[in-house]
Order: sequence, then C-alpha cells, then structure tokens
Amino acid sequence: MRESAAITRGDAPLVRRALIGVAVGYLSLFVLVPLANVFAQALAGGVTAYWHVLVRDPDSLHAVILTLTVAPAAVAANLTLGVAAAWAIARFRFPGRAGLISLIDLPFSVSPVVAGLVYVLLFGSQGPFGSWLRAHGIAIIFALPGLILVTVFVTVPFIARELIPVMEATGPEEEIAAVTLGAGAWQTFWRVTLPNIKWGLLYGVILCNARAMGEFGAAYVVSGHIAGKTETLPLRAETLFQEYDVRGAFAVGSMLASMTVLTLVLKALIEWRNRRRRPPA
Amino acid sequence: MAESPAAAAGVSIIVRRLTKRFGAFTAVDDVSFEVEAGELVALLGPSGSGKSTVLRVIAGIEQPDVGEVILTGETATHTPPRDRNVGFVFQHYALFRHMTVLENIAFALVVRRRPKREVRARVDELLRLVQLQGLERRMPSQLSGGQRQRVALARALAARPRVLLLDEPFGALDAKVRADLRNWLRRLHTEVGVTSLFVTHDQEEALAIADRIVLMNRGRVEQIGTAREVYERPRTAFAASFLGPVNVLRGVARRGSVWFGDGLEVRGPDPGAGEEQVVHAYVRPHEIDVAREGNGRHAIPARVHRLLVLGPEVKVEAALAGSTQTVDVSLSRERADELGLAEGEAVHLHLRDIKIFPDSADHYSI
Repeated sequence: MRESAAITRGDAPLVRRALIGVAVGYLSLFVLVPLANVFAQALAGGVTAYWHVLVRDPDSLHAVILTLTVAPAAVAANLTLGVAAAWAIARFRFPGRAGLISLIDLPFSVSPVVAGLVYVLLFGSQGPFGSWLRAHGIAIIFALPGLILVTVFVTVPFIARELIPVMEATGPEEEIAAVTLGAGAWQTFWRVTLPNIKWGLLYGVILCNARAMGEFGAAYVVSGHIAGKTETLPLRAETLFQEYDVRGAFAVGSMLASMTVLTLVLKALIEWRNRRRRPPA
Repeated sequence: MAESPAAAAGVSIIVRRLTKRFGAFTAVDDVSFEVEAGELVALLGPSGSGKSTVLRVIAGIEQPDVGEVILTGETATHTPPRDRNVGFVFQHYALFRHMTVLENIAFALVVRRRPKREVRARVDELLRLVQLQGLERRMPSQLSGGQRQRVALARALAARPRVLLLDEPFGALDAKVRADLRNWLRRLHTEVGVTSLFVTHDQEEALAIADRIVLMNRGRVEQIGTAREVYERPRTAFAASFLGPVNVLRGVARRGSVWFGDGLEVRGPDPGAGEEQVVHAYVRPHEIDVAREGNGRHAIPARVHRLLVLGPEVKVEAALAGSTQTVDVSLSRERADELGLAEGEAVHLHLRDIKIFPDSADHYSI
C-alpha cells in the first residue's frame, strides 16, 4: 500500500501520460486506422462509384436486406430470453441458478464456427431431425432460419448479462410494493420493472445488435454461402474479396461498419444521457 | 369469542397459529393475536424475532407453513397479495423511483382503472393529509427521508385499504424526525381511523403510540396487552427486560423467599422440597428509593458509586454491599436535592416493586 501510494504521488504525471499514450496509440493503430481505411478504400473511386457497386450488384443489396432481417430477429429473440433469464436469476434462488448463469455465458467462450457446426449436425440432412425436416419441406440449414438460429446462439449473453446486475441493484422491493397496491403481474412489469431497467435493456439491445450484424463464423457454416440467397453482409464482403473485387469488398465492409458504428454511437449517447440524468448517489 | 362471525366483524386482523420456516430456521412459531377494528397495534421485538415476517404473511408477501390469516372476517391465508387490499409501508419506502410523488400516490387507483378525476381528487386529499401539497411533481430522490415516508404512507392509503401494515416505518430516519413523525402518525391514525399494525424494535416508539403491544421474541408471542400492562405487569423475564430500563439482580430462591447479597430478602417463588433456585429480580430504576436509614427487611445497604444529573432527573449508580452487583436508581431532582447525596456515601435502597422470574436464557440484554 505504502509503495503504491508513493508511486501515485511521485510519478503520477509521467505514469499517467505513459498509460494514456499507450491506450490511445494502441487503439488508434489497431482500431481507428483500419476502420478509417475501410471507408477510405471504399470511397477511393468517389461517392458515385461507391453507390454504383452497391446498386448495380443485386447480391450485395440482398446481403444488406438479409442482415437487416437476421439481426433484428436475433435481437427480438434474445430480448425475450434476456428479460426472462435476468428476472429469474435476479429475483429467485433456485437449484441450478449458478448453472444457468454459466450457460448464458457459454456462447462467449464457444467459437462461432463450432456453434455453426453444432446446428448443422442437429438440423442438417445427416442430423437427427434432418429427414423429418426434409419430409415436411422445412429448410433450416442453408436458409434464413439457420442464420437466425446461429445468430441468436452467438448473441445470447448480451442482453441477459446487461440486465442481471441492473435488476439485482434495483431489488424486488418496488415490485412487491406494486403487488400489495393491487397491480397484476403485467402491470407490475410494464409500470415498475421496465421503467427501472429500460436503459440497461436498451444498452444490451444495441450491443446485441452490433454483434448480430457482424456475425461471420457461425453464419459462414450454416449459410452455405449462396450469393443472393444466404449471404449476409460479412459473408458478402468475404465473397467479393475472394473474387478480387477489392473495391466492392470495401464498399460492403464500410456499409457494415457504418451500421455497427451507428449503433455504438447510439450506445455512447445513452451512456452520456444516463450520466447526466443520474448523478452518482 | 372470535370464532363467532358476529364477534369477527369488530376484528380487522386475526392471525391464528401462524408458523413460518426458512429452511431449518423457524422465523415465526405458533403466533396468534387479533387486532380490533380501528386499533393501532405494535408488533414489538428485537431484530430477528419474526415480527416483520408476521407482517409480510398478513400482507401475503410470504406464505405461512401453518396457520391462517383472517382479514375483516374473510379467510385470506391463500389470497394473492394484490387482492387483499392491504396497505403496506416498507421500511425503506420502496417508492417507485421513476415516478413523481403524484404518480406514486395514484398508483393503486391507476392499476384499478379508476376515472382520472376521481384519482386526482383522491391524490389531492391524500397530499393534504400527509402535508405534502406542492410537492406532487417532485421525484422521490428529491425528497427528505421523512417526506418519502409520508409519500409511502399516502400511497398505501390511496385505495382505502382494509388494514394498514407498517414495517419499521421510522427505522431509517434520525431520532428527531422519528419522534416528530411518530406523533404525527398517531394523530393521523385518529383522523383516518384505519386499523393499523406496525412493526418496531423500539420499545419507546411502541409505548408512545400503540393502543396495544404484541411483544415477540424468537418467533413467539411473549405477551399481549396495553403498553401499561406490558410495562407494569410483564409476564416473562423477556418482557420485563425488553421494555424500558430495568435492573436485574441475581438471587437465590429458597422456601418462599429470595435472597440478594447482604440483607435483602423478599417473598418469592418456592422451588419446593427445600430446593434452591437461581432467580432474577427485575426492578425499574424509578421503583427504587434511596434513604439514609434502612428500615425493615426490604432495605438493601449500598454505596453511591456515581451521580449523574440529567435535567429533571438524577441517576444514581449504587453498588450493593456484600455483592459485586450495581443498580441504577432514577430519582427526581427534588428528591435528590432533599437527600443531598454525594459519591461514596453509604445509603439504603428501598425497592418498591420487584418482579421475580427463574433464571432463563430469555433475558434480553443489549
């Protein structure tokens, strides 16, 4: 303790400058410069060329639409699951509670490629449900449902993880009070619980959405990579790149980047707003 | 008596043989009591005595393992809390933090889908009642502790509950606000007349405002009675030691007498067959008089150890002769001046009222 106090007192300005320099330099080199380069490359042929690539290429346009379908679907699924799981974990003590928390975290540690393979093995033509699905004309693998399923899997932790600490900090007292005042379960949820968790929820949704849009590995495995059918934006960027269409790859990449950057700007706005609304107690 | 429906009409809360366990711990153990319509009753006991659990079972927030709850004549043991129409005031207020004072108070009416005008009129009435007019647009975080507690009270009263339950209503407030607010609650109760049951660990609070006290210890009811009854005629060692300041003297009971240190002998329980039993005698500081001369067997020789002048009263700490025990005596200023006591002086103590209970683990000490 003594030593660290001496360090902060004596070397504070130097240490501080060094740490800030390392952090800023590191992030610039590895994050900011490549990201800026994506836009620079995409716009190298001018704005018109950039738009030409996107509009003249129906497969790329389809990828935009597909990404804008898969990501909201995955967010909606994880919104429901996240609120339910966070409620169960924050409000009740039950056997297997710790196991449930680990299970929610699992997708963080499993490689998305493995997640994709798991779904292919389950729902693919060789899998246990394969023949039944084929007999009923339901396509999951190499189709939209498969893309949504793996994206849900990969983004499970985001909303639940964001909500659990918020709900634990809020505590159950207001909900109990609402019930003693005559509110039903839905009234309690809409009028008391939701307003208390809304910022945490929105934050989770934004992160979940950013991650869902960018999902590559799992989507690669289950999509079969069919241009104009199952290619999402990240997959499309990779296809164009493999076809030596560098400008096209960067254009698609920059589209994806701007979508996620936009959601992260939203997130920063919410954080800023929260800090202003609620000064630390 | 309470079994007959006619008698039950005058009784707002009946708790019968209630037991509640949390795992291996029995929080509430065979508790029964009644609260008459319009009464203000205190559930008093040290922390962990099960009083809050009883209150939560009455509100329906906890389910009892055994026993029943009857509210205004209807069995409510398994009624969900939202249908009980019971007002509950939480220790830490539990106000809806994202709602204004007005929205908080109106909540019970809004969820019942009452017309807007009726809601507004009732909220105005309650704001006047709890003296918070002009603050209806504030958020709970902009209020003081006392104001928050009054909002919580108004919110609980909004739907005209059958009974009002208050869990340590002044527990989170500082001493001055506590005293003000409890007198205010007593006046409010007289004005509104709603049957109220409040939980407190503060015996002074219970004595000050409750019509009757239900004294609890370790999940069981020790005694039920008016403040005066419980204070003056405690039925157990716990009751004697928990309510008000008291001196505890160790003695030995033998053949109908109890012996303390040198000289003092009082009539007491007879353990029988020439047996001896260790007993405790409970004497309130103001039930002891100090005299220069001892007269009769009921005077104990003692020495003045310390004198403390506390405004209108004088506290004397006296060491009993021939014993290591000390007692606190509370004298009026006049009596102390008349005696002209000094520290170190030999005196005699006259005990006016002694309660004797067998030695037990139930003695309450801080």
